[in-house]
Amino acid sequence: MSVFIDKRLNAKNKSMVNRQRFVRRYKSQIKHSLEESITRRSVTDHHSDEDVTIPHKDLSEPVFKHGEGGIKERILPGNEQFVEGDKIDRPKAQQGQGNSGASKDGTGEDDFIFSISADEYLNLLFDDLALPNLQRSQIDKLFDYKTVRAGYCSDGAIANVDIVKSLQGSIARRLAMTSSKRKELKHCEQQLIEFEQTEPLPVAEIKQLKQQIEMLQDKISSVPFIDSFDLRYRNFDQQAVPSSKAVMFCVMDVSGSMVQATKDIAKRFYILLYLFLTRNYKTIDVVFIIHHTQAKEVDEQDFFYSKETGGTIISSALTLLYKIIKQRYNSNDWNIYVAQASDGDNWQDDIAKCSELLSKKILPIIRYYSYIEITSDIHKSLWTEYQKLAEQYPHFCLRRIEEVADIYPVFRDLFKKTAHENVAWR
Amino acid sequence: MESDYSVNDFCVEKLPDCGDWNFESLEQYKQQIARVANFYGLDTYPNQIEMITSEQMMDAYASVGMPIGYNHWSFGKQFITTQQNYKRGRMGLAYEIVINSNPCITYLMEENTLTMQALVMAHASYGHNSFFKGNYLFRTWTEADSIIDYLLFAKNYIHKCEQLHGIEEVETTLDACHALMNHGVDRYKRPQKLSLARELEQQQERERFLQSQVDHLWQKLDQQNESHADKGKKSAIFPTSPQENLLYFIEKNAPLLAPWQREIVRIVRKIGQYFYPQKQTQVMNEGWACFWHYTIINHLYDEGLLTDKFMLEFLEHHTNVINQPAFNSPQYSGINPYALGFNMFADIRRICEHPSEEDKQWFPELAGSNWLDAVKAAMQNYKDESFIGQYLSPQLMREFKFFKLTDDAKESQIEVSAIHNEKGYQKIRSALAKQYDLSHQQANIQIIKADIEGDRSLTLEYIPYNNIGMADNTNEVLKHLHYLWRFDVNLIEYDENNDAKVIGRCPELTLEAKDDK
Repeated sequence: MSVFIDKRLNAKNKSMVNRQRFVRRYKSQIKHSLEESITRRSVTDHHSDEDVTIPHKDLSEPVFKHGEGGIKERILPGNEQFVEGDKIDRPKAQQGQGNSGASKDGTGEDDFIFSISADEYLNLLFDDLALPNLQRSQIDKLFDYKTVRAGYCSDGAIANVDIVKSLQGSIARRLAMTSSKRKELKHCEQQLIEFEQTEPLPVAEIKQLKQQIEMLQDKISSVPFIDSFDLRYRNFDQQAVPSSKAVMFCVMDVSGSMVQATKDIAKRFYILLYLFLTRNYKTIDVVFIIHHTQAKEVDEQDFFYSKETGGTIISSALTLLYKIIKQRYNSNDWNIYVAQASDGDNWQDDIAKCSELLSKKILPIIRYYSYIEITSDIHKSLWTEYQKLAEQYPHFCLRRIEEVADIYPVFRDLFKKTAHENVAWR
Repeated sequence: MESDYSVNDFCVEKLPDCGDWNFESLEQYKQQIARVANFYGLDTYPNQIEMITSEQMMDAYASVGMPIGYNHWSFGKQFITTQQNYKRGRMGLAYEIVINSNPCITYLMEENTLTMQALVMAHASYGHNSFFKGNYLFRTWTEADSIIDYLLFAKNYIHKCEQLHGIEEVETTLDACHALMNHGVDRYKRPQKLSLARELEQQQERERFLQSQVDHLWQKLDQQNESHADKGKKSAIFPTSPQENLLYFIEKNAPLLAPWQREIVRIVRKIGQYFYPQKQTQVMNEGWACFWHYTIINHLYDEGLLTDKFMLEFLEHHTNVINQPAFNSPQYSGINPYALGFNMFADIRRICEHPSEEDKQWFPELAGSNWLDAVKAAMQNYKDESFIGQYLSPQLMREFKFFKLTDDAKESQIEVSAIHNEKGYQKIRSALAKQYDLSHQQANIQIIKADIEGDRSLTLEYIPYNNIGMADNTNEVLKHLHYLWRFDVNLIEYDENNDAKVIGRCPELTLEAKDDK
């Protein structure tokens, strides 16, 4: 006896729980692997899967087994040339001993590589940062005005006349204005028929009635077919819609004092900001500006990996930033976000200029400006100057990050503040 | 030769041979295959044939062939490995997986062609199935009737433990048990039968009883201390004889295990036991299944039921499956159990039907006897080691061109110690048999002493085979054993002068302790 059962439609991911167990157990190794991957991955790339590499020895499930030494005998197939008593040199890289295929003994084996999904990647990347529901914190947005239909009105340009609506009005008016007369007319006609059937014919009444009917018919037909009163115009209204375009400026100091570790911290901050913006805007441009004593716009690769030397003049970057905004990103169309990362060094004489550039030109036209200082040194004069700005401008924020784990609290802090103030403004 | 067995002249309508399979055509094939299997007297469990997708096949892989598995990270690792290899085209999936249960569950992949499905049904649902039902190891060690129920019990129990004691605690216990899974079988004792109803019933009782027994054992301490002088040395040795079933010993005697942990030890032990016959009958099991898919399909062809098109596809798959690359070929990855097993069963039939002079000398009792009885007797009463030791014929050794290498660590070179000639047949046969002997493959480790009166340390002995030492990871395994035992664990080995030498311990000696020694 035997039966067929079609199980193809049954649940698939039976192994999902076990897979999650595996990821949980090897979180630290996986995260270590991600630490390296973050340097490879683009700021704007949060869709693709990520390969994770774990050293094989960490994963081993040890069991008692035989090792080296002793006398080992094995049988192999396919003898072509050997006769009994032949001696063969021991192969250098010894293959699995015995027949049991004992190839799992960790030595010289490939690393264990597998891929995790984009969601898992982000969760792990910001794991100790407890990524919140970014959707909730609404940041102040730029509004575009869009013309939308908003019902009908009795006044407007002739081009906007709505014929159906106007004729409906006309019918209604005509019905309303003639109803009493038609009722009367109906009554008279009824009477006329009655009179015509009575014997002898009451001629005088009939004549009078006919006159009355004629008069009523004239009155009814004199009601105009359409009146200016009937006309209905389509009404339009201006509605504010949030602009779906945003541009994110990443400004970073690449002078000698910024080491790669500092840049990696900054990179996470940029990734987080980018993610945040993707929840709010449809199109996002990212502009990378690096500076030392001079600023230039670069691509992402250069942004994170170019190594320049020399001093630091931040105003050069701010000037370039302003120039780019003026040229390419009209502040009426674009939500402009600026994230600046620096170790806080700046040429002393430049600070006043920065402050002026920001307060006079840049801050009035952008949505948000965040400055993160990645250092554990004491605050420098730039910080003090920026703090003054922050007091004046609510959308200018500055925070200090000392290590990777600080990013998320700082990020949350930065954006919570704005969200709060938005409420206050409204 | 097939003509000896009733060619059905009336059956002229051929079975479908093209297009995708459907349940109707599968049913037709199954009926014909069942008829032929019955004709040859294959005794099988009822079949439950399940069609699954490749994703489901990967799931089945991950739980090492158990249709219901408890949750553990190592299955996740297995799954990821399979998925990764499959996605990157490094490996194909098996055409089928068959579960030793009653009814016998066979998973067929939906991607298989109709020909493949027919082959696989003959192979798994009649070949493997009759092997599970007939072979003495499976009859002794597994309970096809209750395994599904038991696995379900295990899954639920472990899930319950996770809820009560936390995933991490359960996971660590399972890790420790998995490390010792190979040492959870009494090789020479008949195991108890499994049954879900009784399992559930007894489980709670056992929990209480086990704990009381352990307590009892350790309570003896006080009494024994008092009467130590009277009893003398004799009472000091526990267990009284060495124990090879490490998990059983732990389950019954570990002093500080919680009752639920003992149950988990038992579950892993029972599942290990269920897989114990499979490890020892790989060559025979696959060989038997290949032999029967080959015989059944050829029988159907000789009856005129199969088209040439079907046969060509069938033969191509069959040849691939039983291909044995030579040792120096890039494709070589050990001896192919399908090739060796198939050829040995086919060889038994050849010896019965057409024995040569050599065969008559080597297998006087086989030559000329009924081949069907002969292959069945071989299937029923042997495991890989004894099967090869008994039936590997000189002709087959020549066909495989077997040769034997002896690798003595003391020598600078490897020696070819036997080849497929008159002088070497016996040596090759016995060496190949040993290669499949589980007690030679796995390290022979036994518990020789639990110091119940002293520091409660556990001492194990490694008995080397051919002077082969233990692998480097021994201390890692001892850590797991230590987790279960909770007191010092030592692994010793007696050297040629019969002096005990500690080759592993947990916890490992600290630097100061080492200096002291």
